Amino acid sequence: MAAPPGYHDAVQLARSATRELDEESASWLRRLASAASAERQAAERELHNRLLRIALTEVRRRSASTQVTGPELDDVAHQAAGDAMLAILAKLTEFRGDSRFITWAYRFVILEVSSKLGRHYWRNPPVALDAAQWERFPDRLGLDPHQHAEAAGILAEVRHVVDTELTDHQRQIFVAIVVDGIPLTALAEKLGLQRNAIYKVIFDARRKIRRALVAKGYLDEPGAGQR
Amino acid sequence: MTNRETLERFLQTDPRDVGCGEAIAVLHVYVDLIAAGRDAADRYPGVAAHLAACGPCGDDFAGLLAAVTSEQAEG
Repeated sequence: MAAPPGYHDAVQLARSATRELDEESASWLRRLASAASAERQAAERELHNRLLRIALTEVRRRSASTQVTGPELDDVAHQAAGDAMLAILAKLTEFRGDSRFITWAYRFVILEVSSKLGRHYWRNPPVALDAAQWERFPDRLGLDPHQHAEAAGILAEVRHVVDTELTDHQRQIFVAIVVDGIPLTALAEKLGLQRNAIYKVIFDARRKIRRALVAKGYLDEPGAGQR
Repeated sequence: MTNRETLERFLQTDPRDVGCGEAIAVLHVYVDLIAAGRDAADRYPGVAAHLAACGPCGDDFAGLLAAVTSEQAEG
């Protein structure tokens, strides 16, 4: 892979701005930014092999929570390693030595695996985006079915608050994630939103629901049980 | 645990929670601290709160930590 003009100088500048690197990290940076193409290409091959090994391990670690199986899982790993490699080389000048270089690099491939598996979810989704399977909510929440009346009461209260207190956007996301159990990463991919945006909606919705249930006397004020 | 306690736990939010963006931005630093035997949660309490509450970020954290520690174990 050819380095763009001025690239080696940029990496050197970035290195001078970083904190003192451990020997291994300094070696990675030096070799990946080397003006000698043979040395640089050898380092790129070595890094890619390590990223691929991590990606293959990671897709298997996540295999229980994805419908992707067999050779397709390996394809995801290869794509993740390739895309992570491109991102790492493009962002090499941003490495500041806050961690070991290899840990910084592995973060890219782990996030690539996560994102790619999230995207695959929609090829054969077990539940539609707007299914709203409220009848499964007590199970998802982990409510004790032996306390049936109480569980039904909780379901009715939460559903009422969701229907009346949340905005349409909050309700759509809360129902998709919490009620229907759609993985957060998959929903983010589907709606074209950052994962953080989805998380923030759920975070705010929880607080809103809690406040409403406290106001109704259904739950205690925060900290009341600790007095 | 009673059903109300389960509901309480589900609705619990930690005000220190920094969210996905900030947690992912320092995930490599956080993991390296743990791999070095340091108290990452003490240095980054908001990140620790987030990783405990957010399934996807918790999963990314588990994957990165496994990658780093497995290589350490192999020497």
